[in-house]
Formats: sequence, structure tokens, C-alpha cells
Amino acid sequence: MSSTTNTPTHQTSTIGSIGAPSRRNTELALLIFAVVIPVFAYANVGLALNDQVPAGLLGYGFGLGLLAGVAHLAVRKFAPYADPLLLPLATLLNGLGLVAIWRLDQSKLLQSIHVAGGKATNQLIYTAMGITLFVVVLIFLKEHRTLQRYTYISMVVALFLLLLPLVPGLGANVYGAKIWIQIGSFTIQPGEFAKIVLAVFFAGYLMVKRDALALASRRFMGLYLPRGRDLGPILVVWFISILILVFETDLGTSLLFFGMFVIMLYVATERTSWIVFGLLMSAAGAVGVASFEPHIQVRVQAWLNPFHEYELSRTPGVTGVHSDQLQQALWAFGSGGTLGTGWGQGHSELIRFAANSDFILATFGEELGLAGLMAILLIYGLIVERGVRTALAARDPFGKMLAVGLSGAFALQVFVVAGGVMGLIPLTGMTMPFLAYGGSSVIANWALIGILIRISDTARRPAPSPAASPDAEMTQIVRPGATGPDPQ
Amino acid sequence: MNKPLRRIAIFCGLLVLALLIRDNWLQYVKADELRTAGDNRRVAIERYAAPRGDIIVDGEPITGSVETKAGDFKYKRTYKNGPMWAPVTGYSSQAFDSTQLEKINDGILTGNDDRLFFRNTLDMLTGKPKQGGNVVTTLNAAAQKAAYAGLKNQGGKGAVVALEPSTGKILSLASYPSYDPSSFAGSRDGDAAAWGKLQKKSDSADPMLNRALRETYPPGSTFKVVTAAAALESGKYSSADQKTDSPLPWVMPGTQTELKNEGNIPCKDATMRVALQFSCNTVFGKIGADLGNDKMLEEAKKFGFTSEHFTPTRANASVFGKDMNDSQTALSSIGQFDTAATPLQMAMVASAVANDGKLMKPYMVDSLQSSGIDPIEKTEPQELNQPLSPGNAQILQSMMETVVKDGTGKNAQINGVTVGGKTGTAQHGVENSENPYAWFISYAKLPDHSAPVAVAVVIEDDNAVRDDISGGGLAAPIAKNVMEAVINSKK
Repeated sequence: MSSTTNTPTHQTSTIGSIGAPSRRNTELALLIFAVVIPVFAYANVGLALNDQVPAGLLGYGFGLGLLAGVAHLAVRKFAPYADPLLLPLATLLNGLGLVAIWRLDQSKLLQSIHVAGGKATNQLIYTAMGITLFVVVLIFLKEHRTLQRYTYISMVVALFLLLLPLVPGLGANVYGAKIWIQIGSFTIQPGEFAKIVLAVFFAGYLMVKRDALALASRRFMGLYLPRGRDLGPILVVWFISILILVFETDLGTSLLFFGMFVIMLYVATERTSWIVFGLLMSAAGAVGVASFEPHIQVRVQAWLNPFHEYELSRTPGVTGVHSDQLQQALWAFGSGGTLGTGWGQGHSELIRFAANSDFILATFGEELGLAGLMAILLIYGLIVERGVRTALAARDPFGKMLAVGLSGAFALQVFVVAGGVMGLIPLTGMTMPFLAYGGSSVIANWALIGILIRISDTARRPAPSPAASPDAEMTQIVRPGATGPDPQ
Repeated sequence: MNKPLRRIAIFCGLLVLALLIRDNWLQYVKADELRTAGDNRRVAIERYAAPRGDIIVDGEPITGSVETKAGDFKYKRTYKNGPMWAPVTGYSSQAFDSTQLEKINDGILTGNDDRLFFRNTLDMLTGKPKQGGNVVTTLNAAAQKAAYAGLKNQGGKGAVVALEPSTGKILSLASYPSYDPSSFAGSRDGDAAAWGKLQKKSDSADPMLNRALRETYPPGSTFKVVTAAAALESGKYSSADQKTDSPLPWVMPGTQTELKNEGNIPCKDATMRVALQFSCNTVFGKIGADLGNDKMLEEAKKFGFTSEHFTPTRANASVFGKDMNDSQTALSSIGQFDTAATPLQMAMVASAVANDGKLMKPYMVDSLQSSGIDPIEKTEPQELNQPLSPGNAQILQSMMETVVKDGTGKNAQINGVTVGGKTGTAQHGVENSENPYAWFISYAKLPDHSAPVAVAVVIEDDNAVRDDISGGGLAAPIAKNVMEAVINSKK
């Protein structure tokens, strides 16, 4: 399926007799699958729930196909050498998510508590906004190294985003976590965007300081500790993020940020001691926060004994917040079994208010079964794998760092949410990227995919000129961004 | 920088692997346990996803199912003439579980019973929805109607049990006041309110108590039939017309208390026939004391006292004391002191006498069938015991027939039918302060000597004028109507 479309630039280059395949046709073929599968799923839900092919099938298929087509054309035009898997995988997840949300929309129980009903339409609009942002990223971010210039601005923006929910009158406390801001009837979760901005800051900062962090360190108790002046800014940002997140009672996001930070630090310095250091700090942080934060203690209790929590939630006269969600989700997974009940034939609405957001994976687990859920987890795994591969292929340390930061954060988010919903780790209240209902999440993750595609395009693009030095990495470091002169 | 990148890739792979392993654990290893967990609402949803099978009386279902408009339970149970049949059916409620036949035969009714597996598989292959099987009862609708109407007209509390003596089939099982199981079959707020109103704490009449099977009352004079049976079985008496050694007044052994008779009746040295006809406490008290606790207990046990009976709905064990002294035995022998019996137990006593001494195990489920009315299981009549010999049974029959012909049970007479019976007015409350219970046990015998029905009626009427309460007055007419209903439906 692949083609070897060579750009004119390439043909004129002195080295370019062997054309790198652009893989755009592969992407197109995969995209067709990624649209057709959700369309079938959509028809399946309609048949299962109402015994008829849903009236909106054509519109839905056309809408999803149009969005995928626009994204594909944008990639073809603006990132012709990009990884061919990222877009179809994200489209497939997004499409399946839409189907699941539409399926939950039909639930009378969820409608009665105003969780579902018309949400799929909203999500389709969010998806359109997400893909628009994706296209905007491809058009305007011609070169990912441009982002490097905004290292310190990114830091400020990230802090600003994280602080927003704490602004009185703007922040909204939804089910115990203050991670939303509300403007009119719109709610935005700035943390989802902060994830990307923070990755840009870490990548930019670590690229500059990596040598200092890796080499200029003192040995202390078998660990290489960096000098305070190198570590200081990062520690400060991290510490402030954690503090904010403690006030916002959002363990998941703080875990995600810290994990992303450790991953990028490790990649930058190549020192294993950072992993140890990071794990110790996160353990200390988690225990420390849990010791005084009742919201998190409740979560841990619920994780250790979900059934007890379920019973408390049913017992009249029991005070305090007790949620039966996790036990309901476990029952949903178990009831799905190996092959699942089939689309529309499960009862994951019993999870109630988070059924289409945090707990949407339970719907997949119940209705598609072990087989379907494993496929979905593997799709996430593939996205991460393509991301890390992009990092490996990237020729500049900033690109490597940004790609690994974003894909690592993506992987951690998937793990934290899926692990939480399946009772593997305490529940932290984040959403499954692309699957869950929510505008911020979909839009931010499409931007994330856009950036990865941009980095992969740069990484896979045939070298515009013969390499001046066998050590391409070194050469490119010298080049101060996209605007600098080519080292020839 | 690529070495740490590869390690990060491995790390991410491990995260996904951990999720996959956890997923397999949940959805494969633990799946069945989670799927069938009692608190998993899907179990209930699945249970109410299809109409339940029916409970059938005289070929007609007394239950039904309707589709509910709201909520996640698709069907709910309905009952035809719910209050009348509640002691038979029990209830099946989306919110409050189920009881009695609905509970015991739940597997058949929902269609989940293993014995329906073949049928279900066949239905699945032919595309038919899963259907529950039916429970066919032994009850007689006309008799049940007569029993319930009688209790309702009486207005107090009470119960009726009618049996077919030759098989043990339960023909009628009524309890009053009763409740309509339809009223809380769903799971809406209205159902909860209806349920709340029926609970004993909000309704002192306790309408959900199955008085026919689960309440024991002092049987009063009706227990004299058991005492008479013990006397005959002991060999001390070989005829109904043999004089007993019964002084009047009679002081209970070991005490200075005289045992009193109700009114001025000819009890001195009366024959057992006369003693039963007039319901002499002195005669049967003394017979009991003379036989002793052990002999009396043994005979009572043969009639079914002291054990629970499963019809298959459980009936409480009736009580006859042990290790009692002679005066206590004397009181117990006339159905007072610790003696207590369920209406079912007293119907069994009458039934054993009518069936020439052979006591059949009472049952109310004739057969179980699949939705396609293929038989799955049929209940065969079973002998439970032989409390008295055929000869002695016939002697006792003639005594009980005298009671109806010339004695306290005249209200139960039926034209062209031989009726045997015994009244009872059981004292109740501390120092006999509360209104007594009115009892009547009886059987009907057709000219061909077959006995199609034995019945026990008990009325606890807190509102009746005390002097109006007597087994013959309140309970006998109901028994008569029930027996007539059975006899007429046989024709």
C-alpha cells in the first residue's frame, strides 16, 4: 500500500536516489478502517437498543469520515513524512468513544441524572474542534523546534493554567476535585492542556541543562545529585505544581506530571539514579499527601475494599462520601466476560455519573469483553509505541525529549485511568484519552497527536542535504532553531 | 540518548502489560464470580428481563407479568386476586426479593433451572425468547374463595387450611388480613410505600403474616381429638361409648385446682362420644393426665406436632410440651397451657382421622412444567405417618360425626354429606384476659365413604363480643362453606 512519493526537494538533493516512503496511502487505508469500524459499531448499538439502524448513521459516518479526511489531507500537505499510524489510531479511538457516548446517551437512568443525552453531539463538536486544533498545529508549527523558544513562557503558561481553577468564581468543584474552570455553561479542564505546555517547558529546559545535570553532580550516598542551581528551577516548578494539585485534590494529574518529569529527566541525563530518586520522591509525596488529604484517603480505601465502600454508599445514615463506582465498574468488567455482552447490551449505566467520562472503559469492558478491551489497550500501547519510536527517530534532543515526554505522559495517563477503573491502583479521576466524554481532553489530545506527527514528520523527512558530519545529532544541536542557517 | 529511550519504551510496554494482565484477571479469572455476585444489579435486571412463569390453580394462572415503563427492570409480577392467594404464592418483588412458592420455585419460574436447559437451548436456536416454567398447584379455587370470603366477612384475623385427606393435597390456604403482592412488585417509590405500610410496625394486624402456616395458636378443644386418639391407641378404650372414669368436679393431680367445664354439661363418667359432643374438659384432661406426658407427646408427634412441615413452603412446628407434670399434661391435653398448633397442623389432624388413620404429607405443588407445558417434576402423595389404626380412626370418626350431628358443631352440617368435626374455643392472654380463639376442624364424607376434604379454621377476633366467640358459631360456617365448595367442584 505504501507509495514512494518523492518531493521535488528530495529529488534535487545530492543524496536522494533512495526515496523514503511517505506512507500517506497506508495512512489513508488505515483511516478508512478507523472510520468504518466505528460506523459498524454505531449501527450495532442502534440495532441492539432500538432494533433499527440508527437514523443518524449516515450523518455520523459522514461526519467522522469528513473529520478524518480533513486531518489526513492536512497531514498529506503539511507533514507528508509523518508516522502513518498515529492518525488512524487516534481516529479509531475517538470514533469508538463517540459510539460509546452515544450508546450511554440512550440510557434512561443516565438521562434521569442528567449525565447522558445529547452528549455524543457535543463530543462530535469537541472532536471537530480537536481536529481543527490538530490541523492548526500542523499548519502553524512548521518546525517543532520553534517551541524551544517558548521554554520559559511555557513554564508561566503551565503555572497559569494550573492556577486557574483556584481563582474564586472561575474554578468549579466537581465531585471533589477542583480541576475545572467554568465560563458560563462551559467547563474546561486546564490540566489537560497544561500537560502539553509543561512537556514543552521540560523539554526546552532539560535540553539546555542536560549536561550540567548529568555531569556536574556531587556524589551523595551512592547517588549523583545535581547542583542546586541546575535543579532549582525544575524543582520549584514541580513543587508548585504539586502544591496546586494538592489544593485541587487531583492526585492523578500530579502523578502524571511528576512521572512525565522523571521520564524526561532520565532521558536527558541518562542516569538511572534519577529513576530511583524520582520513585522515592513520588512515594514520599504520595504518602505525605495521603496522610492529610481525606479525599485521597477515601480513594485509597475504596481501592482496597471497593465492596465495603459500595455497602457504605447504600447504608442509610452513613456520613461522608462513599462511592459505589469502583465496585460497579468491577461488576461491569466481570459481567462482560471474555466476549462481552455486545454493544448496547450491557448495564454500565449503573456506574452513574462518571459512566461516560472517567469510567467509560467499563462500558467497553462490559460490552466488548476481554477481547475488545485488550484490543483497545493495545491501540493505546501502539500510540505510545509510535510516540517513543518518533522520539528515537528524532534527530534533535529537544524533539526527542518532547516526543518522549508527550508519549510517556500519554502512557501514564492511560495506565492511571485504566488501572484505576480496573481496581489495579487507586482511582484518581482522569479520563481515557479520546474515549471519554469531555471537550478539554479530546481537544488537548488531538493537539498532542498533532505535535507528535510534526516531530515524526521532521524525523522521517529525508535529509535535505548530505550530512556535514557523521554525527547528525551534534550538527543539529549547533543549529539554533528553524530560522538559523543550514550547516552545510 | 537512545538507550534511556528504549528503556522508557520497555517501561511503557510494562504499563500496558500490567493493564492487560489485570484485565484478564477481571474478565476471565474473576468474571463468573463478579457476574453472579448477588449485589450485582445485572443479576436482578436479567431476572426481570423476561416474564416469569406462572403459578397455576385449576388450570388458570393466578399470577402474571406486565412490562414496566420505567427503570431497568423490564417486567414486574402481577397477581390476580392477590390478597386471596398471597399465602400460597408469596410475593416476587423487584425491590424486596421473594418468598414462598415464588422463592422456592424461582429457578423454574425464571427459566434458570437446570432442568429447563434443554428447552432454553431449543428456544434459543429457534429464536424464541427465554421463558419461565409454571408451577401447578393442588389448590381448589372455589374452596379458596369460600375460605377467604368467610374470613373476610368475619372481619377479624384468621386462617383456613383445607386438605384432601387421601393424598395430602392442600386445597385451600387462606389467611386474613392479607396483602396484595402486586402492590409492591415493582421498584418505584410507590412500591416502597406500599411495602412500608404492610410491615408489622405500621400495621399491627400484620397482614404479611401467613397465619395458615406460620402462626401457632392454642388449639383449645380441637386438640381433644388428638387426646381421644391417644386414648384409643393406648388400648385403654376400645369404643366410643365406653364410660370413662371421670369425676366431677375433677381436681388436677398434684394441685388444689379444679378443672372447669364450660357450662353445666353432662361430663361425669361420660363416654368419650358424649365428652367430645359437649367438649368436656374434665374428661379429656383426666385422660391426658392418666396417659401421661410421654404417651400424649408421642401421639401428638405422630400427628405431626413438634416438626416443621414443608409444603414446600415451610410451616412452623406445632408445640406439645415435654417433661410436664400431670396437671400440666391435663391442661395441654385440652389444648391449653403450652400446646400450640398451626392451622395446617389441625387440618392434618382432621385429615388423618378422615383418612382412616393414615396421615399424608401435605403439599401444594402438584407439578412443575416448562413454558411449553412439558412436565418436569410431579409430586407423588407420600404417607407421613399412621397416628392411629383404621379401626380406631373409624371410632373417632363416629365421635366427630356426633359432634356435628348433635353437639357443638351443628353449624357445619351439610345436606347429604356426613360431616365430622370438633369445635374449639381457646383461652388466650394472661388470666384469659383477651378474646379467645375460635377453632373448628372438620372433614366431609360422601355417601361412597370417600373423604374429599378436611379443613381447619381459626378466627382471632379482637372485636367480637366475648360471649359470641365459639368455634361452632364463628368458625364452623366457614368450614362448611369450604367443604361444600370442594364437594361441589368434584361433581
